[in-house]
Amino acid sequence: MNKFTTWIGSKGLGSVLTLAVLLLVAFPLVFDIFRLNLVGKYLSYGFVALGLVMLWGYGGVLSLGQGVFFGLGGYAMAMFLKLEASDPITTKIQSTPGIPDFMDWNQLTALPLWWQPFEHLPFALFAVVAVPTILAFIIGYAMFKRRVGGVYFAIITQAVALILTVLIIGQQGYTGGVNGMTDLKTVLGWDTRTDSAKYILYYLCTFLLLGSIALCLWVQKSKLGTLLLAMRDKEDRVRFSGYDVAMFKVFVFCLAAALSGIGGALFTLQVGFMSPSFVGIVPSIEMVIYAAVGGRMSLVGAVYGTLLVNFGKTYFSESLPDLWLFLMAALFIGVTMAFPDGLAGVWETKVKPWWKRKQAERLAIRKAVAADAASDAPVTQTGNPSRKSPLTGSVSGQSA
Amino acid sequence: MSNTDFALAVEDLTVSFDGFKAIDNLTLYIDKNELRVIIGPNGAGKTTLLDLICGKTKASGGSIKFKNEELTQLDEHIRVRRGIGRKFQTPSIYENLSVFQNLEVSYPTGRSVFGALGFKCTDEVKARVQVVAEEIGLDDTLDKEAGLLSHGQKQWLEIGMLLMQDPELLMLDEPIAGMSARERELTAELLKRICKNRSVIVIEHDMEFVKQIAHKVTVMHQGKILAEGSMASVQADPKVIDVYLGH
Repeated sequence: MNKFTTWIGSKGLGSVLTLAVLLLVAFPLVFDIFRLNLVGKYLSYGFVALGLVMLWGYGGVLSLGQGVFFGLGGYAMAMFLKLEASDPITTKIQSTPGIPDFMDWNQLTALPLWWQPFEHLPFALFAVVAVPTILAFIIGYAMFKRRVGGVYFAIITQAVALILTVLIIGQQGYTGGVNGMTDLKTVLGWDTRTDSAKYILYYLCTFLLLGSIALCLWVQKSKLGTLLLAMRDKEDRVRFSGYDVAMFKVFVFCLAAALSGIGGALFTLQVGFMSPSFVGIVPSIEMVIYAAVGGRMSLVGAVYGTLLVNFGKTYFSESLPDLWLFLMAALFIGVTMAFPDGLAGVWETKVKPWWKRKQAERLAIRKAVAADAASDAPVTQTGNPSRKSPLTGSVSGQSA
Repeated sequence: MSNTDFALAVEDLTVSFDGFKAIDNLTLYIDKNELRVIIGPNGAGKTTLLDLICGKTKASGGSIKFKNEELTQLDEHIRVRRGIGRKFQTPSIYENLSVFQNLEVSYPTGRSVFGALGFKCTDEVKARVQVVAEEIGLDDTLDKEAGLLSHGQKQWLEIGMLLMQDPELLMLDEPIAGMSARERELTAELLKRICKNRSVIVIEHDMEFVKQIAHKVTVMHQGKILAEGSMASVQADPKVIDVYLGH
């Protein structure tokens, strides 16, 4: 056990372990299944926040269009689920049974060719990761090779988010339009709406999230992580050290997109629908807020930020429906003004030093007591020297 | 252009910014194992010349050949991989990383994305970092954050980062700017040591320093070469005296 704790400490995994215990043990014990399902929904946004820590915090590239990749992953999953929910028997009242209801309403008479591979779960799961990654590669390659960065890149990602929203809403027959894809029920016959399924999906989401944190930590600890930090500082120096800076940015953009896609798929599974309202500019900026509040350099912080902002959103929208958007904005502005490194920054610079100081004070008091005892010893304890030794022994053990 | 024995052959090189020719039909040859110093008044195009060789600026015309390979169409990072190292005028190091990390990141393996993911800091890398750190006199500050180094140490660190790559052509833009007299001496010794087995181009204003290190001196003026030769012959050249003292 001792060995294990030192190993955790040396790898800086203590905070990850705390998060794991909170998500895997504490939340399921405290919350009923309705609230737990909500937490699961928030955690699916957490994947996007993790991606933003890598892309924005480490890579120094701000994307205001991560909702695009979240949406693409979510839609890839939703397409599979929708096809399974649209079997010929349940849709027999349609003019064309066996195709999704929104296609039927839009006078489509056959399943479009590009929908057909989504009848297979392995393909859909592959697409959840591959489609966002490929799109990110194309955008990233085109932009970063031309040295587009900073504000210009952020604006372009916003444009992409807008374009995709317009496209999804406009192509109602193929995408379900503004309503999105609804009435998603089963995965290979397994009903995802039951309480037990919700528990399983919550744990699936949590394990994937913790796995993603591990993956990101590994990337951060590798030379690539060091290079990303170096690039943020002196991009030219990295370039003139023989590195193709653009490709490193493309990689981290693809990583963020892949994570967002996984998050989107888990969102669809847990919430039971997907719509363009999770794709556009507003949700994309909200996702940046999660990372900013949590701390853009901290993976674990980003998850806490996501949870906190979403809890706040749920709480405010339930109790103060008229005010909640203003309160959200105030929270964001307040946090970024007062704590530019987010919650993780507050933890590192305020709470930890305070705790260390407390510990040091406690140790000093104990030492003083021990010293008192030791100086008193020759007079008062000549007859019984063994009384003081356990105390001094324990103190010296502490200080070592 | 014909092939040559030179390490670097710059021929008829021209670059113009909105019609202004910063480098005007310039021809320059650097021998193998040569330490060349380029001097000239402000705005002569010295830094622009280095920018063109390393690829930071694209040439409008002419050719740059490194070991008989045309460079003008290659990307910056490819030129570095061919063996060209460039130190910038202001020390350009990674302030938030340790001295060790600064040097480690400059080690020339694992340069692709997936190469960097799989890169391991082997004993070989550590040994190389140690050797270079000793060379630049920073071996006892390896764990220090680079941003906390003194100005002179930062300059040396950047030279060290280039040495990690063992370049065949090293270009240094004002390496002793802002250094104390003692640091200048140390840098001169460092340059004399590291110019073995490689060609070095140095841009410098300090004539005493130039005298100490230069094999050959090139004087630039208004994007052209005004004079070339030993320090003594250049200093005696009436054209050079005119440019520096006249007008």
